Amino acid sequence: MTAPTNAGVGTGITSTPGAAAVPPPGSPNDMTTHQKKRPRVPSGHRRLLTRRDRVTLGLMAGVPTILHVALVWLTALASVALAFTTWDGIGFDSIKWVGLHNFSELFSSNPQFWPAVEHNVIWFVVLILVPTPMGLFLAVQLDKKIRFSRVYQTAFFLPVVVSMAVIGFVWQLVYNPDTGLINSLIGANEPGHYIDWIGDPDLNLWAILVAASWRHTGYMMILYLAGLKGVDPSLREATALDGANEWQTFRHVIFPTLRPTNTVVLVVTIIEALRAFDLVFVFNKGAQGTELLSILVTNNIIGESSRIGYGSAIAVVLLVISLAVIIPYLIATFRKERRA
Amino acid sequence: MHSSSLGRPMPAPSRRSVLRGIGGAAVLGAGIPLLSACGGSGTAVDPKTVSLGSNASDAVPKKAFAEIYAAFQKQSGITVDVNTKDHNTFQEQINSYLQGTPDDVFSWFAGYRMQFFAAKKLATPIDDVWQKIGGNFPDAMKALSKGEDGKFYFVPISTSLWGVFYRRSVFKQYGYEVPTTWDQLVALCKQMKKDGLVPLAFGDKDAWPALGTFDQINFRTNGYDFHVELMAGKASWTDAKVRKTFDNWTEILPYHQDGAVGRTWQDAAQALIAKKAGMYLFGSFVAQQFTNKADLDDLDFFPFPEIDPAYGQDTVEAPTDGFMLSKAPKNTSGAHKLLEFLGTPEAEQIYLKSDTSLVAASNKADTSSYTALQKKAYATISGAKHLTQFMDRDSRPDFTSTVMQPALQKFVRDPKGVDSLLASIERQKKTIFASA
Repeated sequence: MTAPTNAGVGTGITSTPGAAAVPPPGSPNDMTTHQKKRPRVPSGHRRLLTRRDRVTLGLMAGVPTILHVALVWLTALASVALAFTTWDGIGFDSIKWVGLHNFSELFSSNPQFWPAVEHNVIWFVVLILVPTPMGLFLAVQLDKKIRFSRVYQTAFFLPVVVSMAVIGFVWQLVYNPDTGLINSLIGANEPGHYIDWIGDPDLNLWAILVAASWRHTGYMMILYLAGLKGVDPSLREATALDGANEWQTFRHVIFPTLRPTNTVVLVVTIIEALRAFDLVFVFNKGAQGTELLSILVTNNIIGESSRIGYGSAIAVVLLVISLAVIIPYLIATFRKERRA
Repeated sequence: MHSSSLGRPMPAPSRRSVLRGIGGAAVLGAGIPLLSACGGSGTAVDPKTVSLGSNASDAVPKKAFAEIYAAFQKQSGITVDVNTKDHNTFQEQINSYLQGTPDDVFSWFAGYRMQFFAAKKLATPIDDVWQKIGGNFPDAMKALSKGEDGKFYFVPISTSLWGVFYRRSVFKQYGYEVPTTWDQLVALCKQMKKDGLVPLAFGDKDAWPALGTFDQINFRTNGYDFHVELMAGKASWTDAKVRKTFDNWTEILPYHQDGAVGRTWQDAAQALIAKKAGMYLFGSFVAQQFTNKADLDDLDFFPFPEIDPAYGQDTVEAPTDGFMLSKAPKNTSGAHKLLEFLGTPEAEQIYLKSDTSLVAASNKADTSSYTALQKKAYATISGAKHLTQFMDRDSRPDFTSTVMQPALQKFVRDPKGVDSLLASIERQKKTIFASA
């Protein structure tokens, strides 16, 4: 147990709990007995750590690891396994192995599945096409140190601070077809010329996306502002000396230097699109036109007689999509780090 | 956002309870066998205490039940240790709750939902309790309290009622007559539209109100027996009879309030209160929205009109709530005494004094303190030949919530694609019912 202990000083603290090369839970005890035989004889590279240190480190790295493995990995693997069964959640003897049945059912006869996939994709496309450039635009403007810049920053960032559920409630008040702000202003809450922002499948997804974009713009703005702070001022000076106008400077100098930020923005947006849930759930629970994968998972698993196997199958689809996006990103990032 | 009224069958979990539910399913699920294994060897049981898990988290029912338990303690000397949980949370967690170490007695719903847990052996039969309280209930209630094995598992306490609600003053003002047949209903809808009213208020944002509309039209069109078979997954959704139900529905759908999928039932009730809508097909707990006494006194209802004379108006939808005995109660004899007490007319009267939107399940309860609406609801229920519960209480909740709710929302939005919709329902139904 000597080698990992020392290595563990570095990795156990700085890396994520799951990846940490930590001693197994039993090891602090092993070390205790080991230490008793040779009390306080620090030798070689071990002298840096007293017994107490080691117990502390073991607990600090071990407890989170156990929790992480139990609550993240085991549950994830359990859902993957359950995706091939049917289970109503009552007793383990009611788990029945059904192979790929849940998936074939999902792909062929669930009328909500493909719309949900489509909506997740639309969610991503809209977030990347509308609020992201908006956020970039705002960030570039605010970076010019205009007057009241802090006030604007705060105003645009405010929606990001508020929880998604609250945003859902607020926008519901705006969109409520009978008493909401929009319909009351334009008089569209009368029979005959009625606009159902929440219930109409041709409208509700876009209505929610406005709310999501409203929030996402502030998020993107902050990320880009941070990126812009990192742009070397001498680059700007050089372009100014070369006589470039504002657009040229942005196009050929500033934007290329924002490349790392763009990667982060892309990843953040993909994650936002995949985990979209709270806003829609509060808004109309994923009714006609706003189905999302996360909502289908919830609808199938939560409740008094759940379809846990079926819900797990949807969760697995979501997991696979997430992995397909995340793995290439991680590979690319690690490759870059190794090269550096 | 959500009322925890009796007829509101579909849990709409808050985010926190969603997380709790996931945790419950994943973590508690694994711990259940251990928990139940050591549950039996508990310490000595206090014979003077019965524990009770209650979903009566709203102020009115909570207070009413507390009065019942106080009366029980006075009579028997047994204390009821009440463990109240939020109404929706209680429903979402019922699985892990009943598998873990549940309270001796717990509140639940009659019908399929009760039978489901009885069949899973998560409840104890209470036939001996029913030997004592049997005389207090009409036959329809007795039938509702039995599991599939024919044993009693349930003590009913209160019932809400589904019907077509309207305001007497509006009917008087325009000279409308209460319709008793389908043709009269359609004619009335047409007339109301002409008079500038929304004939039928409707809000299906929570997705369950449309289930109630389907129930009414289906058992009027095809009768109680077919409705029950359909709910039990035996009859086919592609049957011409079901198609007939949807055809009837399509006929009156244009007279429903616009944009139902975006409106909550509470907002729909506002249209009735504001006299913008003429009628509202809903549960009697719609009365809870009538906060003004004068408006409430103006509220009336009629049973859904006859469609096929062979069935008339013999079926009434009356979701019933009550109590069950958990799988391994610690204080069995005390729990039996409590259930016997809950099955008495006195207990029901204590309850109904506080909550006037419901009626007693017992036909022995004194109805003299009832409001006019309660009296009428009571008479309608006692006169009914068959009582249904509500689609998701009469059928598998997983089927109704994951298949029927979105399907009916789709129908309400766009009634044209009925055939493919019904085919899709039938396909999904087969898988779900096969999995049990």
